[in-house]
This record gives sequence, C-alpha cells and structure tokens, in this order.
Amino acid sequence: MKPFTRLSGLVCPIDRSNVDTDAIIPKQFLKSIARSGYGPYLFDEWRYTDHGEPGMDCTHRPKKPDFVLNQPRYQGAQILLARENFGCGSSREHAPWAIENYGFRVIIAPSFADIFFANTYKNGVLPIVAASDVVDRLFQECAASEGYSLDVDLAAQTVTSPSGFSFKFDITPQRKHCLANGLDEIGLTLVHADEIRAFEARSKSAQPWFFA
Amino acid sequence: MAGKTLYDKLWDSHVVRQEDDGTCLLYIDRHLVHEVTSPQAFEGLRLTGRKPWRKDSIVAVADHNTPTNHWDRGIEDPVAKCQVDTLDSNIKEFGALVYFPFKHANQGIIHVIAPENGATLPGMTVVCGDSHTATHGAFAALAHGIGTSEVEHVLATQTLIQKKSKTMLITVDGQLAPCVSAKDVALAIIGKIGTAGGTGYCIEFAGSAIRDLSMEGRMTVCNLTIEAGARAGIIAADDTTVAYLKGRLHAPKGADWERAVAHWQTLHSDADAVFDTVVALRAEDIEPQVTWGTSPEQVLAVGGKVPNPADESDPAKRASIVRALQYMGLSAGTPLTEIAIDKVFIGSCTNSRIEDLRAAAAVAKGKKIAANVKLALVVPGSGMVKRQAEAEGLDKIFTEAGFEWREPGCSMCLAMNADRLTAGERCASTSNRNFEGRQGPGGRTHLVSPAMAAAAAVAGHFVDIRHA
Repeated sequence: MKPFTRLSGLVCPIDRSNVDTDAIIPKQFLKSIARSGYGPYLFDEWRYTDHGEPGMDCTHRPKKPDFVLNQPRYQGAQILLARENFGCGSSREHAPWAIENYGFRVIIAPSFADIFFANTYKNGVLPIVAASDVVDRLFQECAASEGYSLDVDLAAQTVTSPSGFSFKFDITPQRKHCLANGLDEIGLTLVHADEIRAFEARSKSAQPWFFA
Repeated sequence: MAGKTLYDKLWDSHVVRQEDDGTCLLYIDRHLVHEVTSPQAFEGLRLTGRKPWRKDSIVAVADHNTPTNHWDRGIEDPVAKCQVDTLDSNIKEFGALVYFPFKHANQGIIHVIAPENGATLPGMTVVCGDSHTATHGAFAALAHGIGTSEVEHVLATQTLIQKKSKTMLITVDGQLAPCVSAKDVALAIIGKIGTAGGTGYCIEFAGSAIRDLSMEGRMTVCNLTIEAGARAGIIAADDTTVAYLKGRLHAPKGADWERAVAHWQTLHSDADAVFDTVVALRAEDIEPQVTWGTSPEQVLAVGGKVPNPADESDPAKRASIVRALQYMGLSAGTPLTEIAIDKVFIGSCTNSRIEDLRAAAAVAKGKKIAANVKLALVVPGSGMVKRQAEAEGLDKIFTEAGFEWREPGCSMCLAMNADRLTAGERCASTSNRNFEGRQGPGGRTHLVSPAMAAAAAVAGHFVDIRHA
C-alpha cells in the first residue's frame, strides 16, 4: 500500500448521490483474479458508449464526452468530490481498487456507505467526510475555476482550498497511522496473536459447537 | 444501568482487545467465502507466506459466476472459469470446513447454503466478502459484508478491526395481510428510512410481525438490511430459530445441543435496553411493494403511480428521480400496474428459499406466462432447495406455466453469468438491487416479492395480488 501523507491535487466532481459500486466498477470486471488493472474501467458504463469487457484495450473505445472523467479540465485529477452515500451497494473492493488505480487518492463526500468506507483505507485512498454545506461550497468553487485543486494534509487532518477556505476532518489514530506509513494491518494485528489464541481457547470451552 | 441490546451482547462476547479510541479487535467465528472476492485475499496469504488462522471456520462455494443451465458444458466463459478454478485450487491448498464446488449436489448461494447446513449459528460472528452477509443476522448472529483486504485479514488472523456501530430498533407490530411477505416488509422499511438510513447502524428487527416470520422470511428481511445502508441486521433467537436448526449438518448435537439452546435463549435485547434510534411500522400498513427507480428506496405500494419529479422539493432528490425515470423509461403518473415487463427472475440470496418458491408456485399454478414475457427464470438457492421443491412438485408447476427451472446460483441478480437483461428490457425480479445495469447493461429492474413476480409473469405486467 502506498503511504499517504499530503496531497495537493486536481479535483474532479461527480455530482450525484447514491453512487453505487455497480456504477463504480460493473460486474463483468469482477471476474478478474488480479488486484490491479481496473483503472481504465472505472465508471465504465458512464464513461464509454460501448460495452466494456475485462482485458479490453480502452485507449480507442468511444467515450461519452459529457462524463466528467472524459472532460479535458479534469484529466490527472487525484481528488474525487462526491455526494451523499457514495459507494453504496456491494462490498466489492474492486471499487476502491479501480478508484486508486485510476489515480485518485482522496474522496470527499458528505457520507459514504460503511463497507466502501472501510475498503478505501486498505488501499491507500483517504475518504473524507465533510459537512453538506462544505461539500456544496467545494462543488461551487470547483465549477467556478478550471484547474481547481485542494490541499489535503493527513497529519493536520485539514483540507484547504485555493480561496483559503479550510476544514478539518476526522480519522481514527490507527487508520491514520496505517495510511501515513503504508502499513499492512495484518502484521499489526498479528502482534496480538497471543491474545487472539487466549480468546479462542475461552470461546472453545464455552461454545465448542462453534468449532465443530 | 440500562440493559444490553442484542448487538451489545454479540459485540461484547467477541472483543479480543480494545484500543483507547474504541477500535476493537473482534473475533470471527464463521468465514464464508465465494469465488469473486477471495482470489486476491488468498494470493495475499501466498505472497506473505501466511496460512489461514483457522481453516475449519471456512465455508466456501462458487455461486456468482456459475451457469444455471447446461452444466454438462461446464463454465463456457473462460474468465469466469478461471475464477471458479482459482477457488478450487485455493481451497485445496488452504482447506475449509465445508466446500461445495461447481456441480456438487449441495452447491448454491453462499447465504442459502450456510444456514441450511447449520453453519450459521446464533451468537456467532459471521463475515463474507459479500454485502448480503447481513442475511445471517436472522439467526441472532452478528453478520456483515467485508472487502477483500478484510477477507485476507480474517483468513490470517481470525479477527477484524472494527468500531462499534450505533443501534437502531425497527419494530413491525401487528399482522401482515395475506399476500404481503417479508420482502414487502423489507422494501417498505427501505422506503421509509432510505438507502442511507441505516448507515453507521446495526439494525435489530423486532415486533410481532417479525416474530411471526419463518426463518426464510427473517433471512429475507435481514438480507435487505444492507440496502437500507446498515451492514448488519439482527433478529433475536426464539423457538422458530431453534426448530429450524435442529438436526442440521453442523448444528450442535447431544449434550451440546441442550447447552447451545439454553445459551441461545439469552440472545435477545434486554427489556430495558436503549437504542440510539427507534423506528416503528404497523404491519397492517404494509402493502405489496414494487420499486420504480434505480435505488431500492425508490419504492411504492403496488397501487401507487410513478412519481412526478415536480412534486419533490429537494433538488438532489428531484434530479435523481428525473435520472431514474429516464433510465427506467417511465413517465410520471403511470400506475405501477400498467407497467409491462419483458422478463421475470425468481431467485437470489434474498428470495430463493423453499418458502419463496412455494409462494411463487401458488400463484403460477395452472396458469401460463403472458405472451409478452420473453423469459421467466426460477433459480433455486441451492441444490437442497431444488430437491425439496422437486419433491413437492413445484418444478412441474413452474415449467407447465412456461417458466424455466434452473440449477442453483446467483444468476440474474447480478448477471455475472449468462443470465442477464439486454438494454431496455424490463424485469420483475425478486433480487435485491435495482441499480443501473445491475441485471445487464441498460436493463431495467423492478424489485418485488416472489408472489408478485409470479403474478407479473402471468399477467405480463404488475398486478395487485390481493385482488388477483
């Protein structure tokens, strides 16, 4: 996992609520057994006019010009600005894989679906929950100025816009630590292996049928 | 001090350790695995030289990619076949308590086979790389979906790093009208609280109408918790739970059975437990439901009409109604019963159990599907469900009415196999998601109960089954 500390990046707005993981990465791409290579298929049905299949070379596929990812001003964006309940639906981690693979490192939205929210952290992507009026303001600022970028500082837990507007965001200490250092949580958990074994022994004597 | 909620009891009995910020390491009893979300997790173990912490916690099956007909031809899509073969080889290498490979007599949808084999038990923590893991909460188990990184974490450590959710109590009291099923209850709840209404919560379903449901019905309600935004939904254990589990393959036996049942009787919220949010519905108010849009919250009673965006004051909601009507090819004001359909799908982890098939068959019996219905699929949830249905003659009822009787799997719920809608086709579906493209690119999904789907197949459009 790539560490995340600070990013000053171009913002791409996706102005609809309840963006589901079927839209983020359609089901045909879930047949892959790889962890990478999903970026070209991010938002496939919204992005291209033809039907995408895994392994397809996307460089010459016909694009829908109105979709934000196809607009010249948003090329190279690293921050996705979104609306309520982003990432709802299935638990597919292919969704954050596609987002990360495309080049996004931060998603800012008023709310996220729970499973998607947890999945993003495991892939070096920082999901930031911001108040609705803050998100509205960012959408307005983004629409008003081409090349709109935000500065995201994980250590300070702040997001700052070119206008000088700034807000703080929450993150748990463990998630912050893992993200900042690009750490694998499994290794950290296995430090407590003895406690897990002790718990397991107690559980086995209390409810042996869980172990049958 | 207030009593404990069922969620508190399940949570507290699985905390291995707790950090100062409240983050916990939670022990996982049962790990359900399917082919789509596990390959990268097993690969992660291989790359780091790790082994599964407890292979006898694993129940695995291939369900998403498997075809539902022509099993003699195997899996014809090479990419899908590779994924199913990868699950085979991973289970061979790492082990499992239960594994039903493709074409096994007991193969089926993971959320159907685990309960029917007694592998989901009250008091357990259950996870799977699949959001519909919420299903297992029907057994007073704390069950939720996880991502692939978490699948690897559970494989390697038997734990998950979690923060406790808030608690929501949803009560449904009274008596459901005939023809109103668990699916209608769940859709009505989603219609009331919205698809993000449960975000951050664990929902407990209670009340007399919930207690009156069979285990199949309770599984349908819990299954759809994720469509209300909550990862987990739970229902207290009671005599119905105990009766369902008795004698199942992995359920406790002998003296353990007695001990287990005594413990299960404690798996309910205490009378003085306090919830963060309480929502109450009256069973008598719930009518057969039909979704009209591209989110499960875009749902109405069958007597309703397609909404007019102009009536919505919230601009974001108005925009989403406009977009949904355009995608669905519907005009505002159209009565739901005038919407004609092209295909019917009866199946999925939401509605593919024996009771669902009985309800659909009761409607289809002696009838024929309408001329405008191009395909009506019945896909049982598992080999066991299929055999039971055949023993009851349900397959004959369906095939004589013009339905296709298929092999078990996830099928057209998410259309990873060959069962799918083509662009513009409209489907009455017993599945769980009406998202754009869910059942095939450009496909239009209306979520309904099994009886409503069967009635739509016969009429060629939605009908109010209370007056049919």
